[in-house]
Amino acid sequence: MDDNKVIICRCEDITLHDVRGAIEDGYDSWDKLKRYLRIGMGPCGGKTCRLLVLRELSAIKGKPLSALYLRENVIRPPLRSIPFKALEKEAHL
Amino acid sequence: MTYDIIIVGGGIQGVATAYELAKRGAGKILLLEKTFLTGGSTGSCAAGIRAQFGSPFNVKLMARSLEIFENMAKELECDNDYLELWQGGYLVLAYSEAEFEGLKRNVEVQHTYGLKTNVLSVEEVKKAFPRVNVEGVYGATYHDRDGHADPFHVTFAYAEAGKRLGVEIREWTPVDTLLTENGKITGVRLQDGSSVYAERVLVCAGAWTTSLLKTVGIDLPLWGEKHEILITEPWERLLGPMVISFSRGYYIQQRPHGSFIMGIPPEDPRHWYRPDEFDFSSSIDFLLRMSSEATNVLPFLKGVNVVRQWAGLYEMTPDHHHAIGPLEDISGLWVAAGGSGHGFMFGPVMAEQLSKWMMGEPMDIDLRPLSPDRFKKGALVIEPAVVG
Ligand SMILES: Cc1cc2nc3c(=O)[nH]c(=O)nc-3n(C[C@H](O)[C@H](O)[C@H](O)COP(=O)(O)OP(=O)(O)OC[C@H]3O[C@@H](n4cnc5c(N)ncnc54)[C@H](O)[C@@H]3O)c2cc1C
Repeated sequence: MDDNKVIICRCEDITLHDVRGAIEDGYDSWDKLKRYLRIGMGPCGGKTCRLLVLRELSAIKGKPLSALYLRENVIRPPLRSIPFKALEKEAHL
Repeated sequence: MTYDIIIVGGGIQGVATAYELAKRGAGKILLLEKTFLTGGSTGSCAAGIRAQFGSPFNVKLMARSLEIFENMAKELECDNDYLELWQGGYLVLAYSEAEFEGLKRNVEVQHTYGLKTNVLSVEEVKKAFPRVNVEGVYGATYHDRDGHADPFHVTFAYAEAGKRLGVEIREWTPVDTLLTENGKITGVRLQDGSSVYAERVLVCAGAWTTSLLKTVGIDLPLWGEKHEILITEPWERLLGPMVISFSRGYYIQQRPHGSFIMGIPPEDPRHWYRPDEFDFSSSIDFLLRMSSEATNVLPFLKGVNVVRQWAGLYEMTPDHHHAIGPLEDISGLWVAAGGSGHGFMFGPVMAEQLSKWMMGEPMDIDLRPLSPDRFKKGALVIEPAVVG
């Protein structure tokens, strides 16, 4: 399997190769990969890529998911993208 | 293990200072970060960079910081695109005659220090920035070298450059207490119970600084103030400058990557001194107020989707300036925190000048007025151009 051809993050066009390279360069937690590659920051909010990345991290580090470094979760709304015009209408109700 | 300097905090301030100190030959440097680099305010910020300030002191500092940002890729040996520095200028809109007069006075100060800020009439704003709704606007100022950067990549680039010079960085390593002996700093105790020793300790822990200094009996009037922010889906380039209003509080920018990032301060800012009280939740109130302001000043935004909102902390001090320098009461203990909503843009210049101070070299811009002991002496520093 050519890891250059495996897309992990569809929002930002990030391949498995990019993820593996970044982990090798020391960006070896979900939080840092996100900030280094912008993976998980697109419109899907990580719903597609997060588990794939965590699984890759777990395989490379040889640690179960539960032992990976993860910051306490902070909920960052909205759950799905919303256009400003809907929000603006709401604001003027 | 004994270090020359331990730095607590892996935000822009700690990481940039680690690099600058290493560059000046400060010896063995260890940087300790509770979570990961940019895990604090640096990772929540809008990373706006502007030299449009009103006091000579801040204008001088930011003129230098801009130069550092402009030469940063070369200095830190990274790809220019990596830092995502975007210099589309800051367009500062005035919503009253008095506000416009104030901005013009600031521009005079900026001109004294060689910045080429323009004063724009409403007609000129309309012509140069046709997408901006000028309703209620009296005039504006514009400085084309202002802009924004990627706060993650800037911090990571400093870290990589620092590591090449021998800086040791430990992430996921929270410091529990500062250690002293006979009024002198000796090191830090980590949360896992072990200790690391050093001749000097520099605390760059952002809004967490206050609680760390408390462990050695120092009271610094520095608090975390909650500010919210949001990001949209990426679009083609529609907006060059950061559009900002001091009186209404909003700022709106488009990143090189296409997303719009924007914020507006809370009407009734919540603030805390103790980390166990910090609140990073997002509010619908912010989302709606932001949407109103944004679609009013930039109507084209109506069709753009909001992707995510989050909250972070401004590290505030009574005069909204950094607390930087040695503490009088404990020798060997230094602090650099309290950017008060501007800590990212000032980070590079503060790091440069502070490292000179710590190495006993003359500073190009004297930071001593920002000494952390100024608050107990009532020697506050004043700046007219701030948001929120
Ligand atoms: C919404 C928002 C928008 C902003 N916009 C801008 C802007 O446009 N331009 C601008 O210049 N500034 C902006 N700021 C302000 C800017 O983010 C901060 O002033 C700046 O990032 C502060 O950097 P710092 O390194 O001092 O602190 P931080 O980035 O907070 O770094 C402190 C670090 O110390 C770590 N730490 C804390 N306690 C411990 C401990 N006990 N042991 C080890 N490590 C510890 C933290 O985890 C953190 O990583 C904004 C802030 C917010 C919240």
